[in-house]
Amino acid sequence: TLRLICTTTAVQRKNVGASGPEKYTEAFIKKQIEEFNLGKRHLANMMGEDPETFTQEDIDRAIAYLFPSGLFDKQARPLMKHPTEVFPEQRKIQWGEDGRPFHFLFYTGKQSYYSLMHETYEKLLTVQKHQDQLIAQDSSIPLQKEKRNLAGSRWLTKIELEEMLLEKVSDDDYSRFIQLLQKLVALPCADIEEKYIQKFSKEVPVQLQKVVIEPLQYDERGVAFSTGEGQRKTARATAVVYDNGTGKITVNGIDILHYFPVLQDREQLLFPFQFLGRIGKHDMVCTVSGGGRSAQAGAIRLASAKALRSFVTEKEVEFMRQAGLLTVDPRVKERKKPGQEGPRRKFTWKKR
Amino acid sequence: QLDRGCALHTAARDGLSSVSSQDVPAERPRAVFHTSESDPAKHTEQHEGRLYNIPLEEVKAVFPHGLPHRFQQQIQTFNEARVMVRKPALELLAYLKGSNFAHPAVRYVIYGERGTGKTMTLCHVVHYCSRQGWLVLHIPDAHLWVKNCKELLQSSYNKDRLDQPLQASVWLKNFKASNERFLQEIKTQKKYMWGKRESTEEGRPLREVVEQGLARVRSASDAVGVVLREIKQQSHRGSFRLLVAVDGVNALWGRTTLRKEDKSPVSPEELTLVHNLRKMVRNDWSGGAIVTTLSQTGSLFKPSSAYTPQELLGKEGFDALDPFVPIPVPNYSPREFESCYGYYLERKWLQHEKAHTEDGKAELQFLSGSNPRQLDRLAGPL
Repeated sequence: TLRLICTTTAVQRKNVGASGPEKYTEAFIKKQIEEFNLGKRHLANMMGEDPETFTQEDIDRAIAYLFPSGLFDKQARPLMKHPTEVFPEQRKIQWGEDGRPFHFLFYTGKQSYYSLMHETYEKLLTVQKHQDQLIAQDSSIPLQKEKRNLAGSRWLTKIELEEMLLEKVSDDDYSRFIQLLQKLVALPCADIEEKYIQKFSKEVPVQLQKVVIEPLQYDERGVAFSTGEGQRKTARATAVVYDNGTGKITVNGIDILHYFPVLQDREQLLFPFQFLGRIGKHDMVCTVSGGGRSAQAGAIRLASAKALRSFVTEKEVEFMRQAGLLTVDPRVKERKKPGQEGPRRKFTWKKR
Repeated sequence: QLDRGCALHTAARDGLSSVSSQDVPAERPRAVFHTSESDPAKHTEQHEGRLYNIPLEEVKAVFPHGLPHRFQQQIQTFNEARVMVRKPALELLAYLKGSNFAHPAVRYVIYGERGTGKTMTLCHVVHYCSRQGWLVLHIPDAHLWVKNCKELLQSSYNKDRLDQPLQASVWLKNFKASNERFLQEIKTQKKYMWGKRESTEEGRPLREVVEQGLARVRSASDAVGVVLREIKQQSHRGSFRLLVAVDGVNALWGRTTLRKEDKSPVSPEELTLVHNLRKMVRNDWSGGAIVTTLSQTGSLFKPSSAYTPQELLGKEGFDALDPFVPIPVPNYSPREFESCYGYYLERKWLQHEKAHTEDGKAELQFLSGSNPRQLDRLAGPL
């Protein structure tokens, strides 16, 4: 019989990807934690602080001081954190020495998912029983609970659920779980299980933050004024708009006719006042720096529009917003890429 | 007394015209912005902010070369010359009316930022003086004499200096056109030799000197010098009043862009025209006045934000002009702006629909910053 004596190197090489992410043993993690604590005390000594009261923020600051890095990506810079944050959580071995799995649902393949579903359904059943009991006792409709803050909360996303269960969850399974949760919440007596439900819901910060319009301030002479800030490209501007004025505008101490000899820039400045029909009524004093001529004009326009909000009714503020006077212009200079002459322009293509 | 009578008369006339405007406001808004008073001698504060008409023949006679280019275009378009009566001009006229001509000539320097109407003020004063019968020596822009000169000749009179035949002949032509009768009356007081063969005898009218300069272009600058000297000497005697009106006087003391053949820069003293003009502007003669304007627009080697006499004249010029009466010219006041805007509206110069509204007016005022030149340029495309 023929036997391959020398195998090719391609076969001998280990297939690194197939074995999955590196498994850390418990002992390894414990050692890492010990090393971290020791390192924390050493660091505290080095910085001259008290090792007992050395918090994570202090560690971060110390590391940033000792190893300054100019890298743009914050996650690429040197960091020292507790090993539980550094090493991702992993499934411990699910079976004992005899090969027998611990969990009764191990052979379903998705043990934690199914156990979660079972648990939630049990809660549902308890709530229904409680409801029946209440009806039996009082024969009164259970109290209408106030709607949970549906707008302010959301369910866990699929990825978050996967992180929680430490195993893959498919889309179908995820949607079934969410439906079950919603069914549970819909019952009137779900207040009992509030704590359980809160594990799976998250607060959503109110997205549309109402922009606060500052009230008018009054200076020594009794004239009402308000300030606003604006930016465009690299220019930053602050504007102070005074009431009872003649329409005079000063930029960095210079009259606009001298500071902006070009008509286009002056038109930009005119726009907010013209839109509100208040051309000759306000005086303005602004400071601006950075950028070029056009950018400075745009920055002052934004700043003056923001300042004028305080003088004007809410409806007009809404009109201004729709006119685009209150939005920051996001256009900035695009970065030059390597292999090209500019942000978009490629080098001249030569056939040979 | 005559003046007072005239003033009352004009007041009555203005009162009438304003009354008539109130009666028929829709048909006659003209009267609010315009005066029928076309003699600058009678302009008073009442007429401030209004526009007065100069008949076109007078324009050709008095200002052959004085008006700014854009204003000339406006005259052609509207077929009439309307000049606004403004406070600085009224001030100057008051000084001129009250000045004592036995004393040495007083110097007035009109200054202001770019495009505020200095040249127009000067033209107003020139018009007044020519109406009064003065001899007007109007140099439209002294900057033209210190830059862009194609030909420079070495002067035959004085070896160090340089002549500019072209500019001199142009100026002589215009001077002749504006002051015909004076040239006949004034006689030369000594004999002048032009080169080897030609000469002008004593007692000949100045007209011959001017014609000599025009005919023989090579000696035009010398002719200019002769004219200036004669006029200066004779104004002492008092047979006529002399007004020296120089626009852009800061050119006389700045630098030039001209170079000699060996590429060395020319300083202003080396130019005959400039040298003679400096002598005119010195106040060692009496019987007249010197009115000058500073101008940044044509000036050489000066920053565009400079407009005060100190900055534009430099130390030399300031010392030379030292005792002078400064007259600042500001941008339009609200009233002046309204009358200018009304005039454009009335002549249908502003065609845009929005320009007729109040908002349009406010917008124009804001964008032009009440600067006359900016307003003129803005109103152009509208």
